[in-house]
Amino acid sequence: MKLSLKLTTLLAPVFAIIVAFGLSTIMLYLIGEDPIETFKIMYDYGKTGKSIVSILNRSVPLYISAVAVAVGFKMGLFNIGVESQYLMGALLSAALGAAVALPSFLHITLIIFVAVISSAFWAAIAGYLKVKKGVHEVISTIMLNYIGTGIIAYLLANIFFEKVELSTTAPQTDLLPETARIPSLNAFLGIEDLPNLHGFIIGAVFIGLLYYWIVWKTSLGFDLRATGSSPMAAKFSGANPARLTILAMMISGAFAGFVGIAPLTGYFFKYTTDFPSGLGFAGITVALLGRNHPVGMALGAILLSFLERSAQILDLKDVPKEIEKIMQAVIVLTVVVAYEVVKRYVTNRQIKEASKVVADD
Amino acid sequence: MTLAIDLSNISKSFPGVKANDEINLKIQEGTIHAIVGENGAGKSTLMKILYGMLKQDFGSIKIFDNEVNFSSPKDAISEGIGMVHQHFMLADNLSVLESVILGMDRASLKVLNKSKYKDEINEITEKYSMPLNTQSMIDELGVGEKQRVEIIKVLFRGAKILILDEPTAVLVPQEVSELFNNLKNLKDSGVTIIFISHKLDEVLEIADEISVMRGGKHIDTVDASTVSKTDLAEMMIGQNLPTPPKREKNSKQDKALTIKNLTAETENGRSAFKNINFSINQGEVVGIAGVEGNGQRELAESILGVYPIESGEIILGETTINDLSTRDRRESGLSFIPEDRQSQGLLMDVSLSENVILGKQSSTKYKSRYSNIKFNEASKNSNIVIENFDVRTPGNNTLALALSGGNQQKFVVGREIENKPSLLIASQPTRGIDIGAQSLIWNKLRDARDDGLGVLLISADLDELIGLSDRIYVIYEGSFVKELDPENATPEILGSYMTGLKT
Repeated sequence: MKLSLKLTTLLAPVFAIIVAFGLSTIMLYLIGEDPIETFKIMYDYGKTGKSIVSILNRSVPLYISAVAVAVGFKMGLFNIGVESQYLMGALLSAALGAAVALPSFLHITLIIFVAVISSAFWAAIAGYLKVKKGVHEVISTIMLNYIGTGIIAYLLANIFFEKVELSTTAPQTDLLPETARIPSLNAFLGIEDLPNLHGFIIGAVFIGLLYYWIVWKTSLGFDLRATGSSPMAAKFSGANPARLTILAMMISGAFAGFVGIAPLTGYFFKYTTDFPSGLGFAGITVALLGRNHPVGMALGAILLSFLERSAQILDLKDVPKEIEKIMQAVIVLTVVVAYEVVKRYVTNRQIKEASKVVADD
Repeated sequence: MTLAIDLSNISKSFPGVKANDEINLKIQEGTIHAIVGENGAGKSTLMKILYGMLKQDFGSIKIFDNEVNFSSPKDAISEGIGMVHQHFMLADNLSVLESVILGMDRASLKVLNKSKYKDEINEITEKYSMPLNTQSMIDELGVGEKQRVEIIKVLFRGAKILILDEPTAVLVPQEVSELFNNLKNLKDSGVTIIFISHKLDEVLEIADEISVMRGGKHIDTVDASTVSKTDLAEMMIGQNLPTPPKREKNSKQDKALTIKNLTAETENGRSAFKNINFSINQGEVVGIAGVEGNGQRELAESILGVYPIESGEIILGETTINDLSTRDRRESGLSFIPEDRQSQGLLMDVSLSENVILGKQSSTKYKSRYSNIKFNEASKNSNIVIENFDVRTPGNNTLALALSGGNQQKFVVGREIENKPSLLIASQPTRGIDIGAQSLIWNKLRDARDDGLGVLLISADLDELIGLSDRIYVIYEGSFVKELDPENATPEILGSYMTGLKT
């Protein structure tokens, strides 16, 4: 009985993805492409060793961003500001990391610490505005994205970038020294002839566990989830909504601070104007796709990374690569719908069972 | 005379409950017809069916001899049925005129012809002598006037049949008599009125005919001029009027709670309650009687710490808890049964085994040294609550929303009592639940009292107050106006203090 309920819940995303592929097939067919052939090209390209490494590397920041968004979601807070939060953290930690000389372990720790603290602080502003001034967090985080982007551009171009010393004109921070770089896992795993599999993937696993522990296992997490479920009941139970709001925004921001770590210490080694952006928004999609569940979001991040990676080949084969973006959106929509359907089904079933107990007496 | 409404064999089931069981009801045009019954008797389900908000499982509805089939309130309105809800649906920042015409025009870019509407509204207010200034803003109006706006809104849409859901619950006595005058005028102009209430005195005063509902069934329809209040009450409640059995007093010397000069204001600066002084001994139930909205809810919430106070002192046992957070107050031995179990007492989409934690998530009872929640402990304790309080559920993994109201309430009461508090605040502990669950909760509250628990009981059910309390205070407009011994109190006596007739 219970198993079959669990099974139904698990089947929802599978079913959703099948529907999404069905819809994509129709779309491909309508624009005159061979759907089977297209999927085959995507799959064949996506399963090459090179692609798998690329997909995993892409998934890491995407996953962490989703975790950051999910912390807020669990409490009913919409942190749309992960974008500027992680960029702010990345810039400041890149600048500081390049300016100091430390043993490797300390150096990396310092970079992570600075990124996490500055992102958490940036996020806390939205929490503070909500609690003290009643500004809805969606509005404040969107505005803080604009403000943050402006500040970052100013800092990068005018403070951290010394034009005279470099031959380039693109604003950037100094390169991180070797001690500040997280090594790849290739040597450790014995992988040869492939691009670097970034070491911070292990960090992402720990972040997933940390998120799971905080939200599902601790009393703070209970307060967060209770507030998300019923703000009034949480308040009556002794949760302090003001404190929780600020705290949740800070935790969300702290997770956001980890988003830039993999690109920064793994392959960019500096903050430039083309440092990966948009991860904060993509994280919202992944959080929705994975229903804020640590494993679900991991699968969601990998799926989206796979789609993005395999889309690269479509261009070469003369298939419009926009089809990939459409597929992404269709998957997210169908997943959201499928979960809602399953949720109603489970609820109705529970109500029926509960009323049976009453009727039997 | 024509029949305005003819209901035959209306039945409606919800999972586990027959809310309406083959209801047959005929209402004459141009009369005031009251429908009385306890909470959960099926009155509001029947009205929702009549107003198109719910669809009956079986049965037919005839309005002025036409068989109708409503799929939404819109259909009901076009047949001339209007409903005034207990809670007003008005926006504070609109004028009376705007409120009345709100939703009338199809949304368009055309400029509203306000002056035309204004004349039409004035015509109605004159015809039924219900004076209203169409230019006033809603937030300037008193409760009685707001209700008048709601009634005019419905009449303006051409209602011939007016359903009033507990219209007097929010009114003070003068406003009630004004409302009754209005209703009589409406009746004289041929409007049919359905008046839903559980206040028997009012029903006897205003209605021509009274239909009694109980447990989803239509018990009888009687002539208001010949029936007595006692007869009505017995029909409403069944043969045995359930009152909690009285027991010997058990009050100890030690104080469970002392309240000194407690004063609080509402958000808009009016007085919520002022200079409240009382104490509760251990092993004592102190009841508070009052018409809803006289400050009792705010008083209870201020003791819990979720409502801010202006001045005064709250002493739990020996300790002043004014500066403690809600969490610390609960930690010091305070338990709270909120008046609305679904929004204030439970996490509806969460299992019972997690719901048992609510209120104690930061206490060592469920929090380990490393801040982990002790889920095994919670699972065990939820089973204890389910067992001891006879919560009918398939198991502790069931979501709270799957249970019936009575079982949800038993779970909330059980959780709060099993937390072994030194003071329990019980706000409407048996509101809207079946008689079985009600008597179980009464017994459990009594047992807890006998074990030395101090209880603050706030209830709209006067029999419950008289039966359970060791002392009763009456609250009126934010002040305690009378202390009564339940031995000498009757609902009538309480009622006269509650409405300010006696002081």
